[in-house]
Amino acid sequence: MCLAVPGLIVAKSGDTGTVSFDGVRQDCSLALVPEAEAGDYVIVHVGFALSRLDPDEAERTLALLREAAGETGAGARP
Amino acid sequence: MKWTQEFRDGSLAQGLAEALAAEADPDRRYAFMEFCGGHTHALYEHGLLDLLPGNLRMVHGPGCPVCVLPIGRLEQAIDLAKRPGVTLCAYGDVLRVPASKGRSLQSARAEGAEVRMITSALEAVALARQQPEREVVLFAIGFETTTPPTALAVEQAAGEGLANFSVLCNHVLTPAAMRRILAGTEGAGTREVAIDGLVGPGHVSTVIGTQPYETFARDFGCPVAVAGFEPLDLLQAILMLLRQVNAGRAAVELQYGRAVRPEGNRTALDLMARVFALRDRFEWRGLGEVPQSALTLAEAYAGFDAERRFDLPEAQVQDNPACICGDVLRGAADPPDCKLFASACTPDRPLGSCMVSPEGACAAHYAYRRFDARREAAAP
Repeated sequence: MCLAVPGLIVAKSGDTGTVSFDGVRQDCSLALVPEAEAGDYVIVHVGFALSRLDPDEAERTLALLREAAGETGAGARP
Repeated sequence: MKWTQEFRDGSLAQGLAEALAAEADPDRRYAFMEFCGGHTHALYEHGLLDLLPGNLRMVHGPGCPVCVLPIGRLEQAIDLAKRPGVTLCAYGDVLRVPASKGRSLQSARAEGAEVRMITSALEAVALARQQPEREVVLFAIGFETTTPPTALAVEQAAGEGLANFSVLCNHVLTPAAMRRILAGTEGAGTREVAIDGLVGPGHVSTVIGTQPYETFARDFGCPVAVAGFEPLDLLQAILMLLRQVNAGRAAVELQYGRAVRPEGNRTALDLMARVFALRDRFEWRGLGEVPQSALTLAEAYAGFDAERRFDLPEAQVQDNPACICGDVLRGAADPPDCKLFASACTPDRPLGSCMVSPEGACAAHYAYRRFDARREAAAP
């Protein structure tokens, strides 16, 4: 039920955004994330964006993942 | 960055599995609960359970709103849907949940009740606008993710003066249920569920933040790791919990930083505070009555409360006596422990709620691992 998926805001008009989910476009409410703009990725649940995704935090998580998985950095893999 | 593929890398998953195997203390056992049904499903779907050390067990929690909804509340919705002039709007996963005597919202619809499946609460408001002659009721269920959309629908209906719109509110609160699980449930015959750590629900936390979990670390000594829903997210969160346990620490850690802010979503929280009020108590399937664990509409929006608008008797309906959904929801039993599992109760003909929603532990076990026990039994 709390299924939510990331999508890219391709256009914003007032509280409503056109969000692309890997190419499938759907209108979603952006009322809960007023700071989100076109070009941002958001997490969408039952037609509402709940959160704007933070690329810097994602990179930080991936770096921690690689470290925990025994890889020393992005250059460690071919 | 597509936000999903990066977190599904097989070799990184293998590396994390090796780290878990290396760091798990062979002299102890670990039991971690993933609260959220979405996590349960992801653990099964990606085969993550097979990557965990043998002495680390995942206990499936009650974070599936369809599963914890008591049958009595569902009966109210079915009765309401059958009244002339009423259109009942519901999210798809609740339509098939069996109530008493084989009834469901789906069967009510087949008998002529006006039941509409919606994918957004605003569709219910739009329907009320288009059909002023009908009473449009939103059957609102779900945790803190689904609650702000309901709140927004109510504010919008109020703003437009849509007197024919109302909400049958069954929204429930995650921290209250976690507290009940950690504090133990009352009642005879319930097996105590010892939990060494909690995988916190990532999407609920986009709304409520991480602060509400602090009490579990501080007062119950239970480590918490708020996790995303991709396979690497879950493995990393499990590793974070394992490291906390090994170090004798209990803290709230955030694995899902790309989506969750520690303070949560202020806009959503303010909206919820305006539209809803706390119920003194609410019945949960499996957990029983839990104090201050659910929401109702605030006084200012009482006119939109379906429970006040319609005379709805509060029905107490017993579960099928052979069904152990209650124990499964508390983490006290696993799906194959149930006599009905995969025999009388299947996703096509579910008897218990845990078999209905794909997030339910029984449905996940049925889809991905129902032949495991036979394989083990057949092994020499």
